[in-house]
Amino acid sequence: MSKKAADIHTKKPTSKYKKAVVEFLTKHMVTIMFIVLSIIGLYLSGMNSTLYLTDIISRVSRNSFLVLALIIPVIAGMGLNFSIVLGAMAAQAIIIFVTDWGVVGFPGILLCIVLVTPLSILLGYMTGKLFNRTKGQEMITGLILGFFAAGIYWFIFLQLVGGVIPMDNEVLLLSSGVGIRTTIDLTGGLRYGLDDVYRLSLPIMIVIIGGIMALYQGVSFIGSDKEGDAKSRFYFGIVLAVAFIVGGIIIISSGSMINNIRVPVATWIAIAGLCIFLTFFSRTKLGQDMRTVGQDRHIAAVSGIEVDKVRIIAIIFSTVFASWGHIIFLQNMGAWSTYGSHEQIGFYAIAAILIGGATVSKATIGQALLGVFLFHTLFIVAPAAGRELYGDAQIGEYFRVFVAYGVIGAALALHAWKTRLQSKQKLGA
Amino acid sequence: MLSLLKSFYTNFGLPRLIILGFFLLLCFMAVVLDINFPDLMSSSLVRIAMNGVLVLAILPSIACGTGPNFGVSLGILCGLVGGLISMENQFDGYTNFMMAIIFSLPFAVIVGFGYGWLMNKVKGSEMMFAMFIGWSAVSLMKIFWLLAPFNNPEMAWPIGRGVRVTISLVNRGLAQLLNSTWSFTVGGVVIPTGLILFFLFCCLLVWLFMRTKTGVAMQAAGDNPRFATAAGINVDGQRIIGSIVSTILGAVGILVYAQSFGFYQLYEGPHFMPMIAVAAILIGGASIKKASIANVIIGVVLFQGILVVAMPVFNIFTQDMASMAEISRVVIQNGIILYALTQIVSGGD
Repeated sequence: MSKKAADIHTKKPTSKYKKAVVEFLTKHMVTIMFIVLSIIGLYLSGMNSTLYLTDIISRVSRNSFLVLALIIPVIAGMGLNFSIVLGAMAAQAIIIFVTDWGVVGFPGILLCIVLVTPLSILLGYMTGKLFNRTKGQEMITGLILGFFAAGIYWFIFLQLVGGVIPMDNEVLLLSSGVGIRTTIDLTGGLRYGLDDVYRLSLPIMIVIIGGIMALYQGVSFIGSDKEGDAKSRFYFGIVLAVAFIVGGIIIISSGSMINNIRVPVATWIAIAGLCIFLTFFSRTKLGQDMRTVGQDRHIAAVSGIEVDKVRIIAIIFSTVFASWGHIIFLQNMGAWSTYGSHEQIGFYAIAAILIGGATVSKATIGQALLGVFLFHTLFIVAPAAGRELYGDAQIGEYFRVFVAYGVIGAALALHAWKTRLQSKQKLGA
Repeated sequence: MLSLLKSFYTNFGLPRLIILGFFLLLCFMAVVLDINFPDLMSSSLVRIAMNGVLVLAILPSIACGTGPNFGVSLGILCGLVGGLISMENQFDGYTNFMMAIIFSLPFAVIVGFGYGWLMNKVKGSEMMFAMFIGWSAVSLMKIFWLLAPFNNPEMAWPIGRGVRVTISLVNRGLAQLLNSTWSFTVGGVVIPTGLILFFLFCCLLVWLFMRTKTGVAMQAAGDNPRFATAAGINVDGQRIIGSIVSTILGAVGILVYAQSFGFYQLYEGPHFMPMIAVAAILIGGASIKKASIANVIIGVVLFQGILVVAMPVFNIFTQDMASMAEISRVVIQNGIILYALTQIVSGGD
């Protein structure tokens, strides 16, 4: 032992950096791999940067909320919540009815949110109850529950609506009068209900974000002890903010095509609101309880936390956010498949957060947002890259589906392997 | 008497009773509604026996302790590759069928070994991992099908590379090959003797295997790993053997299924097949940790029976019968898996 300690002291400082770099690389392997993959894909696809930017901004704005909905159950130690598809189904159900009533635009979105919240609270409560009976197997239970609930959803909207549940709407119903059509088009209805509240040109938005960042850094610096760590963070933040502002102004004055990209401000505010909520939530009593439950259920129970209740609340939060997120997603998509669009939501959201560097037991806001960005970059470039490489866009599409499943599988394997190693070490000690 | 009933109820479980009741109700309605009974019986028999081997493939994985094999699509993919190689060589009839099995065996053994090895690395979350490794293999194989170097015009796209989405087996004399062997008709019911015999033969093989020294060791490893280790059994090794057997049965199972169906279904085909097979064995009374040949047979009879009888019965009530049958399949299948998951006592903690 002492010899080892001596070794460390005699090692040159350069090896310390090398070790740090190696550690950084192994820790963020998945993320780095995807950054490389995205860059290669972008290069191969030969895509126009404006086209790519337009696409990625609309994808990031419509998917981020959903992916952020995954964070709370991870904190509570319940793993990746595959049952967010229940929230998505609730959102779809409410959107169908609101579309039928003919409420359009932003008021329609508000009505959807008001109506979907109690429904998804109920669904979340039931899911939480079920998860408490299958502790340790939450992920597979959530996954199967999603399929099971889809069966019931199909039953309601294929067999009951128009018959048992009265609805009289030629646009929505199948020609037989019973059952909803397989695709629903929200154009002229809820489409862009939230996005079109206010849109701003991308560079102007960048300048504004830079301004807000500078303001935030200033305020938090004044509130802090103004030393060491706080100081360097302040400088870093200010430099970043200035870079944003200068970069934005350069783009505006250059008059490039990027000025034509218009950002849905209301959607971005909703996403930012959720991020702020999640940050504050983790500091509350409930948030701390969740963290304790996530680390060790038994210790939490001993210290007087009602474990089962906390777990149910975590799932309720996640389901409600997922339903809101899915409303944001659908109002942006416009047309969606009535009986299938919820299914991919779970897989794609989970794959995205994992690509951002999250694991089954740890997830942050930054990982969620980075993951959405990287995963959807791959989504945009993969078909084009496939076409360039093999003359077949289908290959790229299959590849990105493979990536989604593969990443989830690999993350699960890695987690299971790590947990086994840890429990072995515990036994050994 | 009452306690006997009660113990039966707790052993059998409410969902299983509901499913059994649903099946009996469907049969009753089929009789009341005067649906052609011999036809119903004939197609039930075919459906039961053609799915049987796939359901049987779940048994070894439960027995060896890796849980129901949601990754049996790996075996299915091996079987399909074997089938395509056999097609490429233009074998006919039984030669084609046997060669398909023989060609798929080496793949199944290698894949099963790798799969079992992985299962040992992820102890505690085998089911979840199995599901995703199965799905990612299916989507990876989609790329393979698109680039596959097969030239037989029965399989390849007329232009470009790759193989078709569905490949007809009629021209090779493979469609309904087992079904029509020694088949006869009793009171309007067609008995697919060859198919049923093949299924029962596979059951017998597995039954015999479970009684060999290896089979017993495997079950011991699955039942109680610590006890098995103490008794000098290599638990990890037994789990690998179970995975290999399961994968091989999956490969044979899809070939049996395909010959009755008349097509090889590639691409999206194998995606949800494992869940159907797992649901069947669970309906038959198996749990995540325990299963027997009886569970396989009861389960496949009950589940496929419901699916066959449901179609014409629903047809009378709704215009949209196909979707109603599909809905009941999805609800039953996933409901029973959920139920089985809630029955894992002390599994999590």
